Amino acid sequence: MKRTLVNASLLAAGLLSLSTQAADIEVSVTNLTHGNHFTPLFIAAHTSDSHLFHVGEMASPALQKMAEGGDIADLDTAVTGTNGVTSANPAMGLLAAGASVNDVMLDTADNTHLSIVAMVLPTNDAFIGLDSWKIPTEAGTYTVYINAYDAGTEANDEIINGGGMSGVAGIPAAPGGNGGANGTGVMDGADNMYVHTHPGVLGDTDPAGGPSDLDSRIHRWLNPVAKVVVTVK
Amino acid sequence: MKTTDIKLKPSLLALFVVSTLLSGCGDDDEVVVTPEPTPPAVVMQTYTVTVTNLTANQPMSPVIVASHSADAMLWQAGETASLAIEKMAEGGDTADIAALEAVTNSVNGAGMLMPGMTETLTLTLAEADVANLSLVTMLVNTNDAFTGVNGVNIAEMDVDIPIMMHYMAYDAGTEANTEAKGSMPGPADGGEGFNAARDDVNFVHIHPGVISQYDGLADSVLMPSHRFDNPVLAVTITRTE
Repeated sequence: MKRTLVNASLLAAGLLSLSTQAADIEVSVTNLTHGNHFTPLFIAAHTSDSHLFHVGEMASPALQKMAEGGDIADLDTAVTGTNGVTSANPAMGLLAAGASVNDVMLDTADNTHLSIVAMVLPTNDAFIGLDSWKIPTEAGTYTVYINAYDAGTEANDEIINGGGMSGVAGIPAAPGGNGGANGTGVMDGADNMYVHTHPGVLGDTDPAGGPSDLDSRIHRWLNPVAKVVVTVK
Repeated sequence: MKTTDIKLKPSLLALFVVSTLLSGCGDDDEVVVTPEPTPPAVVMQTYTVTVTNLTANQPMSPVIVASHSADAMLWQAGETASLAIEKMAEGGDTADIAALEAVTNSVNGAGMLMPGMTETLTLTLAEADVANLSLVTMLVNTNDAFTGVNGVNIAEMDVDIPIMMHYMAYDAGTEANTEAKGSMPGPADGGEGFNAARDDVNFVHIHPGVISQYDGLADSVLMPSHRFDNPVLAVTITRTE
């Protein structure tokens, strides 16, 4: 009850002065997929004019590093460099299917928008993406379901070969230990170089060959792929 | 309150008759102890729930609409499915859901909800029982896909201001998605419904979709039209009185 009153007065003060008050938020992320891992999550509060990615635009080199290899260092540098507030790798590693990371605390300061990204493994350049979601000013709990995007930076050949560096073909790993080998490679026919909704992976049922090193019974997904719960204090 | 608007399940109707008989031959104190509301004394609220099956070729098992306390959830993504959810998701059997302690009232659809079809169900609740509402149904040409509403708060709803939402398909995670002959209860297979064995990931998640025999799953008896994408269900909830 006491907390509610404090928040109400903060909100009133914010409205009166037309300035943004610092807000504490708690973020939880759940992996909703059947059998895919997320690489280290990157959660960022930033101003309305910055974006980690934009659907329909080309991925930045920093986003490409994350989407192809799970490397969030450059994204973190970019956001913190513009006074954003971040949580890099709150799950302390991979987030398995069905798993959640809870109670990630962010003091958003003057930042009004929230973005979340992480690479989906095993894929060539799929990532989960929340793009510049306006953080509500009213205290409460908000649930957002988010989709998988294709960075548009690498062909979806579905070959697991350790290739995680930007511009290097192939998939870094299947962390579940359920990937195949010796796939001949999927030719998916795409030439969309812009960030777009991921069409999903194909996979096959032959772990020792076939076109794909992914397993169609394990690695496919439909959107949404993640559930985000934001609690505004 | 017109009594013609009060729709009760047969079991509840029987209770109602019994309680009426009791109160008819007793004094007022007995009204207090009757488990079901006595219509003239209790304010009732009526909700209509209109559901549309948005899939191409996935009939849905008879829908159950259940009202329950605000702290109850029928399922939680990332968590193990309850036995009640497993029975519904594998075989369309909603009896265990209706029997859940948290469920105050429930009503079932008249039959299978076929692709493209719409059905409207009506639930009349004593005002004191109005809290959250859930709805579930199985996509029957699958091993254990289901969809529905997981605890929407209806207590704040105004009369004739509907809530409209689309919902995605979940995988109960209790039965492997083999799509194999004999494993699915729907018309595409005519196979088994509920099976107590749990041979999949054992947590509820967003369904990855069916593969079908045409997309590389050799043992599948499903056709391309049995595939689906989200959303799979449209729901409109309206408080009518």
